[in-house]
Amino acid sequence: MALCLFAVCFFCSAILAGVYALTAEPIAKTNAAILAASINQVLPEGGELSEAKTVDVEGNVYEYYVSTKDGKPFGYAVKSTTVGFGGPLVLMVGLTADGIIYGTSVLSHSETPGLGAKCTSDEAFMTQWMNFNPVEKKLAVRKDGGDVDAITASTITSRAYTLAVANAVKVYETIKTEEE
Amino acid sequence: MEYLLIIISAIFVNNILLSQFLGVCPFLGVSNKLSTATGMSGAVCFVITLATLVTYLINKYLLVAFGLEFLQTIAFILVIAALVQMVEIVLKKVSPSLYAALGIFLPLITTNCAVLGVAINVVTKEFTFGLPSHMLSLTEAVVYAFATSVGYGVAMIIFSGIREHLAMNDVPKAFKGVPIALVSAGILALAFMGFSGLVK
Amino acid sequence: MSKLQLFTKGILKENPTFVLLLGMCPTLATTTSAINGLSMGLATLFVLVLSNMAISAIAPYVPDKVHIPVYIVVIATFVTVLQFMMQAFVPGIYATLGLFIPLIVVNCIVLGRAEAFANKNGIIDSALDGLGIGVGFTCSLTVLGIVREILGGGSVFGWKFISGDGMLAFVMAPGAFLCLGYLMVLFNKIAKK
Repeated sequence: MALCLFAVCFFCSAILAGVYALTAEPIAKTNAAILAASINQVLPEGGELSEAKTVDVEGNVYEYYVSTKDGKPFGYAVKSTTVGFGGPLVLMVGLTADGIIYGTSVLSHSETPGLGAKCTSDEAFMTQWMNFNPVEKKLAVRKDGGDVDAITASTITSRAYTLAVANAVKVYETIKTEEE
Repeated sequence: MEYLLIIISAIFVNNILLSQFLGVCPFLGVSNKLSTATGMSGAVCFVITLATLVTYLINKYLLVAFGLEFLQTIAFILVIAALVQMVEIVLKKVSPSLYAALGIFLPLITTNCAVLGVAINVVTKEFTFGLPSHMLSLTEAVVYAFATSVGYGVAMIIFSGIREHLAMNDVPKAFKGVPIALVSAGILALAFMGFSGLVK
Repeated sequence: MSKLQLFTKGILKENPTFVLLLGMCPTLATTTSAINGLSMGLATLFVLVLSNMAISAIAPYVPDKVHIPVYIVVIATFVTVLQFMMQAFVPGIYATLGLFIPLIVVNCIVLGRAEAFANKNGIIDSALDGLGIGVGFTCSLTVLGIVREILGGGSVFGWKFISGDGMLAFVMAPGAFLCLGYLMVLFNKIAKK
């Protein structure tokens, strides 16, 4: 009886190990493709991407990718996580070599559908990040005296989004000082 | 403070039954009477907390340590099934009165997706609870599992109260039984939505 | 029972969602849109057919005392295989359905069919039974998904025909319970005539 259960478990584990070995490579490839797509979305075209690097800013560790062109840094993509209305809000923020935000994209979120979740679909909210210059404009929603237009009825999500972008800018500044 | 946030969040804001839909089958099945609902909640509470503790340790020190994550689902469900059996045997010996109260619900719990759901969630998802998002530590995981199962009990007991009242009312024929229960569960879920955003 | 009946009984007469009331958790949680409901139904169908076949093949050799753990291990194996395949080839759908893919293991439909049908019938009959119940489950989930998507977002399968947001509550948790409740009433009315 115990032998039968053991045999079945052993056999099933063996099958799974086999399937795991077979699918490990496609899964890794798919994940890499998703990551590359999210980075390309927020960076200008034509650069060559580095491996993932990490940097410590104010006690938090951030993951970032450098894109280089002709041996010079061309853009930075920073993965930045904050807390939104419903849970973690993970963004990929792209900055050009001179510190202007090129684009942002949401990697994962758990905001309310139709309200906070509009941060992935609201045209006006999304396009304002293109070529946003954090030196000239203040990274805060208008309610808090900044220059970011919040999503209607979703101030908390908009604040979290803005904070994630602001953190990414800090990461950029840290990388820059380290490079020099 | 953080533990308080975990508890409030798990019981009210992200109630396992009414906003995550885990463990709905027994929720509809045994919520006819307040007494059975209480018994079931007690048994679920016990098993979820214990199962999360054990699966957390197994995941960390066996599966991850030896690169066997692909066995996660199989290992977890076996652990839960074995645990339920063990709890049944131990309870029978140690406390026959508690066994008499929870006994009939125990075998049902193996296939209660709330147990496996919480166990998998705890080791794969990042949580916040007022801190930067992070994987849960063992204490946090156990507190979270316990609070979640208390939330299960809260929803179950409120709902069985509603159903006891419904049973005495004249309900249109096509609505009798499960349909009217589902509609009332919907209204209850609407009420629980008021808690959303309370804990980040 | 003819082979055709084996297949069709799962769709109406023994519909897992509306008649047997099994597998409520994925039914409520994953039907936020038509496409999500359809994918969840197909994922369950895959596991159901394969586990039914495997269990009907091994059932005569399994001692009675350990049959439940053995069935669960077999089901869990197919679920994990499905998990890997989805991660590799349809990562988007896998991310949306998330936790509910591994939870197919504890879906009462799968274990229920193993216990009630597959362990005492042949491989082909079991496959047909799994296919029928799976198609029935997929249909119910898709219908529920369509209704919730229309009410909640004004679209069907992502094709938008009403501008604006729709009634958001229907995409969220309460709408799941309400829609399923009312669909069940409708099903009772039609089926019992």
